[in-house]
Amino acid sequence: MNSRRNWSFFFAELHESFSMALTALTAHKLRSALTLLGVLIGVFSIIVVMTAMRVLERNVENNLSQLGSRTFAIQKWPEVQFGNNSDWEKYWRRKNITLELGETVEKKATLASAVGIEGTFWGGQIQTRYAKTAPTVQLLGETTGSFEARNWTVEEGRIFNDNDVDDARDVCVLGAALAKSIFPFGSPVGNELKINGINYNVVGVLASKGASLGGNQDNFVIVPLTTALNRYGLRWNGLGILVQARTSAVYADCEEQVRGILRAARKVRPGAADDFELFSNDSLIEQFDKFTRAVRIGVVVVSSIALLAAGVGIMNIMLVSVTERTREIGVRRAVGAKRRNIMGQFIMEAVVLCEIGGVIGVVLGILGGNILAWFMKVPPAVPVDWSVLGLLICSIVGVIFGTYPAYKAANLDPIESLRYE
Amino acid sequence: MSLIHLRNISRCYQMGAETIHALRDVSLEIQRGEYVAIMGPSGSGKSTLMNLIGCLDTPTAGHYELNGANVSEMDDNQLAEIRNREIGFVFQTFNLLSRSNALHNVELPLIYNGMAMEQRRRVALDALAQVGLADRVHHKPNELSGGQRQRVAVARALVNKPSLLLADEPTGNLDSRTGAEIMTLFEELSRKGNTLVLVTHEEDIAKHARRIIRLRDGLIASDEKQAAGPG
Repeated sequence: MNSRRNWSFFFAELHESFSMALTALTAHKLRSALTLLGVLIGVFSIIVVMTAMRVLERNVENNLSQLGSRTFAIQKWPEVQFGNNSDWEKYWRRKNITLELGETVEKKATLASAVGIEGTFWGGQIQTRYAKTAPTVQLLGETTGSFEARNWTVEEGRIFNDNDVDDARDVCVLGAALAKSIFPFGSPVGNELKINGINYNVVGVLASKGASLGGNQDNFVIVPLTTALNRYGLRWNGLGILVQARTSAVYADCEEQVRGILRAARKVRPGAADDFELFSNDSLIEQFDKFTRAVRIGVVVVSSIALLAAGVGIMNIMLVSVTERTREIGVRRAVGAKRRNIMGQFIMEAVVLCEIGGVIGVVLGILGGNILAWFMKVPPAVPVDWSVLGLLICSIVGVIFGTYPAYKAANLDPIESLRYE
Repeated sequence: MSLIHLRNISRCYQMGAETIHALRDVSLEIQRGEYVAIMGPSGSGKSTLMNLIGCLDTPTAGHYELNGANVSEMDDNQLAEIRNREIGFVFQTFNLLSRSNALHNVELPLIYNGMAMEQRRRVALDALAQVGLADRVHHKPNELSGGQRQRVAVARALVNKPSLLLADEPTGNLDSRTGAEIMTLFEELSRKGNTLVLVTHEEDIAKHARRIIRLRDGLIASDEKQAAGPG
């Protein structure tokens, strides 16, 4: 037999198996639908959760990527906390991060290209002669290094210089969105505005980072940290330090260096845990992944059990199908079908049944998971890897639970089955 | 060399503690182009003989050669292949796939010998035309009359150009008029040179054949040739 004939043989068989499966399934629509419902639910639950996780992950990534690359931050409090809150007291007892500490880092961190110290202050009301905002504009106190570390670029005017910070001048830099809303008619640079009634001079406007999730990122006003501290005092949560490593290559070393400086300055005993939080974008995302891992594993386990149950249902229905079609099997055997042909056909039927359920499950799962994206106003996510895996699992379930009925079908005696009523 | 060559064939079945001898030491030759009827009351072993000749079963003892191939030694796969290549079955109950149309039913044997799709279609259409159903190819069995169904079954049996057409009570489920039609069709097939083996218990049907083999209690009771049948 030449290879061309082999191939056509294979395709004829495959095609016949497939069309037989479809004929069999459409002949009992309700029965098929009920059977594949199990697979559908199993796959749906995997895909819907994985899609939702993808959406959340993307949202978190977007929210967290405020730090520039090569930048990490040091705070008294963790930036985000997933899960339990039991460590609250531990964080509370820590010493505040002060301006002096930040300056020590700035002085000693030789691997850093920029060190910024910042504090967030309460929301304020900004007033110009054109407009007045709600009293919710975020007030940030920053040093010169913050601009580089934060990846802020100036659209107009200038950033703070050392004199602004050292002398605690009454100057400010505006976020793009805020600038537009309070100075609708022209450049804000050089103009005066009032933050909670106190006059400041606008020296610069930042380039827009775009309106992203959960509101406008650019709705803030920045004043020199020293000015803010003089006027409003150190808040309970202390200051944050932003460090940008010189290059990606020295990033890890830079992190270690800063960690050492901080531990020495805060007199942490060797071997004791850090009494501050050091984090970067990556570590935050990693933290989120760790938090969601348990959920994902749980879903996979539960769905596997659902698929197992669905598989048993499929085996059951396939056994019924084999009995019902005993005569058909006899006819096929009589006209020359081999055992393996019959076996292949019934396994194919089980796989097709599973795959129909699987495909519907994947589609519904992706749609369902993306409802979350729609609510969170995040671009939709399609977990291709999980979809493929889900369909693969469906096929495996079909093969595993279709094999016994198929084996039974293949081993029917052709004479008996031709006579079967 | 004869087409069918049975030598000292025995077939026993185990029914509980009892052994039933369905065929005892049967020897039989059928030549190419013959039109043979196998007759006998129920329990005479005619079904067993038909299953053996049709390569659905293998003998307990003895030697069976079909078209030069030693069937008595074959395994399940080889039996399937030889059924596919050498034998066309026509059953009393038609045994068509009820959810497939006439064309697909006729194509079925070709699928298992791996014929390419277009060629398969052409050959199947030819076979259907041969039995006079060229205008019924897309009908499902339940849309066809009994006679038409049996014609589809005959087309299916012929489509692989088998060396032997094996019909088991082909008119058993048909009224006498359509039965006669089918017998005329067989007559014609025989004239064209096909080898036909007909299993029946009806004398009128058997009369169509040129040779009648009568079985009784697993033995050949008589084997007589006769002149061309009526019609």
